Amino acid sequence: MLMAAVLRRTAVGILTMLLVSILIFIGTSVLPGDVANIILGQMATPESLAELRSKLGLDRPAYIRYFMWLGDMATGDLGISKAGSGAATIGTPISELIAPRLTNTLRMTAIVAIIAIPLSLSLGLLAAMYPGSRLDRAITFTTLGLISVPEFLVATFLVLVLAVHMDLLPATAYISGRETGLKLLKALALPTLTLVIVASSQIMRMTRATVLNVLSSPYIEMAILKGVPRKRIILRHALFNAVGPIVNVIALNLAYLVSGVVIVETVFSYPGLAKLMVDAVQTRDLPLVQACAMIFCATYILLIFIADMASILSNPRLRHPK
Amino acid sequence: MAALLEIDNLLIDARTDDGTMVPIVKGVSFNLDRGEVVALIGESGSGKTTIALSALGYAKPGLEFSGGEVRFDGVDVLTMASEERRELRGQRVAYLAQSAAASFNPALTIGEQVTESAILQGRMDRDTAYQRAEILYRALELPDPDRLGRRYPHQVSGGQLQRLMAAMALCGKPDLLVLDEPTTALDVTTQIEVLRAFKSVIRQEGAAALYVTHDLAVVAQIADRIVVLYGGEVQEYGSASDVINRPNHDYTRRLMSAVRPPPEAGQYAETTGEHRREVPALEVRNLTAGYGTGNARTAVKVLRDVNISVERGHSVGVIGESGCGKSTLARVISGLLPAQEGEVRLHGDTLHPDLKRRDRSDLQKIQFVFQMADTALNPRHRIDNLLGRPFEFYLGLTRSQKPEKIAELLKMVELPPDFAGRYPEELSGGQKQRINLARALAASPEILLCDEVISALDSIVGANIIELLKRLRKRTGVSFVFISHDLSTVASFADDIVVLYAGRVVEQGSTNKVLAPPYHPYTRLLISSVPELRIGWLEETMETSEAKAGIDRVVEITEVGCPFFNRCPLAIPGTCDKHVPPIREITDDHKIECHRSDEEFRHWASA
Amino acid sequence: MSELSNSSTDGNRTAPTGSSDIDHANPVAGAGSSAFEELPDAPPRRKIRFSIAGKIAMGVVAFWALMVVFGPTIAPYHEADFLDEALFIVPGSDDPYPQTDFQPPSGVAYLGTDYLGRDTLSRILYGARTTIGISLISTFLAYLVGVTLGIMAAIGGVVLDSILSRVNDAILSMPTIMLGLVVISAIGSTIPILIMLTGLIYASSVFRIARAFGLDIMVSDFVEAARVRGEGIWWIIGREILPNMIMPMATDFGLRFVYVILFISGLSFLGLGVQPPQSDWGSMVRENLSGLPYGAIAPLVPALAIATLTIAINMIVDDVSAHSGGKLAARMI
Repeated sequence: MLMAAVLRRTAVGILTMLLVSILIFIGTSVLPGDVANIILGQMATPESLAELRSKLGLDRPAYIRYFMWLGDMATGDLGISKAGSGAATIGTPISELIAPRLTNTLRMTAIVAIIAIPLSLSLGLLAAMYPGSRLDRAITFTTLGLISVPEFLVATFLVLVLAVHMDLLPATAYISGRETGLKLLKALALPTLTLVIVASSQIMRMTRATVLNVLSSPYIEMAILKGVPRKRIILRHALFNAVGPIVNVIALNLAYLVSGVVIVETVFSYPGLAKLMVDAVQTRDLPLVQACAMIFCATYILLIFIADMASILSNPRLRHPK
Repeated sequence: MAALLEIDNLLIDARTDDGTMVPIVKGVSFNLDRGEVVALIGESGSGKTTIALSALGYAKPGLEFSGGEVRFDGVDVLTMASEERRELRGQRVAYLAQSAAASFNPALTIGEQVTESAILQGRMDRDTAYQRAEILYRALELPDPDRLGRRYPHQVSGGQLQRLMAAMALCGKPDLLVLDEPTTALDVTTQIEVLRAFKSVIRQEGAAALYVTHDLAVVAQIADRIVVLYGGEVQEYGSASDVINRPNHDYTRRLMSAVRPPPEAGQYAETTGEHRREVPALEVRNLTAGYGTGNARTAVKVLRDVNISVERGHSVGVIGESGCGKSTLARVISGLLPAQEGEVRLHGDTLHPDLKRRDRSDLQKIQFVFQMADTALNPRHRIDNLLGRPFEFYLGLTRSQKPEKIAELLKMVELPPDFAGRYPEELSGGQKQRINLARALAASPEILLCDEVISALDSIVGANIIELLKRLRKRTGVSFVFISHDLSTVASFADDIVVLYAGRVVEQGSTNKVLAPPYHPYTRLLISSVPELRIGWLEETMETSEAKAGIDRVVEITEVGCPFFNRCPLAIPGTCDKHVPPIREITDDHKIECHRSDEEFRHWASA
Repeated sequence: MSELSNSSTDGNRTAPTGSSDIDHANPVAGAGSSAFEELPDAPPRRKIRFSIAGKIAMGVVAFWALMVVFGPTIAPYHEADFLDEALFIVPGSDDPYPQTDFQPPSGVAYLGTDYLGRDTLSRILYGARTTIGISLISTFLAYLVGVTLGIMAAIGGVVLDSILSRVNDAILSMPTIMLGLVVISAIGSTIPILIMLTGLIYASSVFRIARAFGLDIMVSDFVEAARVRGEGIWWIIGREILPNMIMPMATDFGLRFVYVILFISGLSFLGLGVQPPQSDWGSMVRENLSGLPYGAIAPLVPALAIATLTIAINMIVDDVSAHSGGKLAARMI
């Protein structure tokens, strides 16, 4: 039963990944103005366009190009950037473009996750333990406010207070890759803080709601009537049953940190992967767009898969079949 | 010395949605002595659970104590500090909930939950508590006691979980047990065993008990004293034998009269043959059905080789315990679940197995009445829309013709005509069931498939519905397939009885024949398991051989042999578990499916 | 009789008050006339009660709804008007003309001016119609597509369901804002494109919920009762499924609407949403960011406008979907 569930989820994950690749391929194919056009720009003649297209393999049927691309992806060959802001980036392997950006993104995600997950889980649990208390109302109200406002507002506000008025931190987080120690920390502080605030609010609310939902089940009432203390009810009886949904929301937030942070990256000029993709879209660098999109979707699918596994493993029905 | 529990003029209010408080327990007083079992009996809305929970100082969310005292060992539990109350709950008063399946945490092991309270309160260390739990498992006759503690709740059966809850309650050696309808959700053959286990353990441990139930017959087996409740007030309060044998109060007498007599041959007056025709109204032939996709071989079979015939104007009762396939049978007849093999005939004409392929007049003739009126009536439609739809759909009535017909229909199910303008949630359970019934009758059907139509209702309400059904049958000549798990109900309503076990018909025939010897061993177990409203019945019954053999074995759906083999006192190893039993025609209207012969049955019956 | 089961399920219809043991004050006339009637087990129709915060939130939402209708009419200037420098000096004085950009609030411009010297209040009022209008239409579109496909998946059998669900999973796995960016930078940003795009992106999450509700309702007894009566699929969808989906999905609509407002504002903030000179709240924040270091309120006003609306909607949603958990947990003594 457990194996079957794991296998089923794996199969679904792979299938979704394939579907995603098709969608991405079709999506990027309909972008108007292909690379050849952009490279040649004003000087394009029909002949030179055709020549360049055949050189780049753009004249072959779509499905062949799809399978070639998929095969390259699967073997880790992300291809070669076909356009760029200047001659220097044309012809650069995509992996070289992506690597530093991915490092930056993952670094930020890791820092945010390390701070946000324990923080939001404990505050969410505290709120659920004392529903209606002053602490709970403060948490509920604050998180409601924070998930309701756009993240650029949170970012702007932080810049205003911490960078402009108090002059504690730099307003941008541009890093060249050579920063170390305190300088790096300072550069990352504002975007990290923004993302911690945004992600924690979501996780906190979900933790509170899920735990409260579990707390309304008859077996919790039974535990109350058995004289089990509140702390134990939450930590032993409720939390085990709330693992599934909570892990799921954490996974969604992590996926968002990898892919959805383009606004934060823009506000702070942080060289992350999302910003790279936006730039790639503007320069019609299709292989780069495709590669970034695949990374984002794969991250999402992988994280959701891990979350699914966690909730399957936390379910005794699957762990201990009859 | 003061009583163990004294409830003194208890008042409890409920907060309604508009914030006002409505009293639901209105000045209840009674006492409970050490070692005594007091039963709180009443129907839904009587406040019995609410009162029982007050012994633990607990009110459900939305309820508030507004007056009176609940003294446990002389101390008022309602005004206790919360820490004291927690100790009270863990050490002195224990609670057994109605649904064990919902009350066990699915994520923790049974052992942890059973011993949790005793260990937390520091009454025992872990090892002692686990040893005590094991002793209790044995006392409650639970299987595999030494390893049970390491299992999870979903790994044991419902009846076992119910007994495990008793172990959980008793583990910390409480002085008082509060039992809330602990056997209501169980099948009769399971109920009797759980009941006996409770009773003997309560005696053994010397604990007092507050037993909440709606079932007088159960009360008669277990209670020393009885408190009869109605609408949050005590109607009658006295010793069990007084209340049962010499009920004083009108309400108690009404409760007693709603208890159906135990099923016996001869009590049932057969329907006259005035509506009878040559061809049976409904015939089910060699029916095999089940769920699951794929071909007939890989799918799960819930019903096997079922043959039933329903005469016009007659009622066939289908009886069996949960999971025996009785609801599936109704779904197959209605066409909701197309049969895998076999056929359904209406007046001799074969019906298409799938209802989507049946024509409207065939659909009209067979109407389905669902078990839960709560869920069978769309909460977003008004009663007139619910009842008007069949008129429009089958009979093509226009908007202006409907109100008159709806009023007639409401009258037929004995409801006032102004109910047409209400929504289902504004009605009581019994009223909703009447609407549910009326909707089926609107189609002027020839066959009514009634699936457990009174099981969710209180006994008085249920008895009224049965009376209504009898009048309808007489008036309209409609035939019934009446499905129930309750043999007394079936015996009081059906002309013929079909006994289903694990998807097979083990016995069928006219009611008077089925309820008299010779019996199929399973029928006999069923009959003897129906509690009687008589003190001492439980002890007598538990001595019988079929009870000893049949109790607490899991129903197994077998591919070969007789499915009852593992619970049967007459089983012949090597035969019963290998070969499908033959059908023995005892008389032309009585068949038993068993390897044993008529003579062997008679011999066994007299033994 | 069954309080335990009552209190466990049923989020929004019955109150978590163990309804069966409660003698509700509205007596339902019984069938017979005997002294001991069956007690009505039905709670009176439940009305949603709003907290004080919820009532304030309703006021805020109502205010913005009025502004969507009347905003441009009552705005002192047109959204694209540059205010005349002459407005800011006392007539007849000899002071040099001041700058018109980032003016603080005054009798001329009640909420000051923006980076080009336009009236912030007027732009907020015009922007209300653009931002809320686009978001609302997009959300409706998301619902139209999502609910239609969701119900199709719920009733259409295993094959259709798997196809729709897998494709939907694939779409859901793409980060919404990136999807929006890619498409808009490819085909440009006009308001119809913005609406279509947002509607389709959010249809995928609506699909998931609609399908889940649809599946739940499809197996309910009353749908089975309709099927066994022989009702056609359209009747079942229209009369049995949809009416039962409206209430639970109404709260989801509120949440979704908030997400859409944030999404559209986000796009505008990145310069890919509503194009100038039309005003919308997201782009107003971005345009005026440069004024922030000098203490201009021009970027704060639109940000505040977004926040009041979204917080208010979320508060109403919270009130509507407040469930029993809190009440039981409060008794954990």
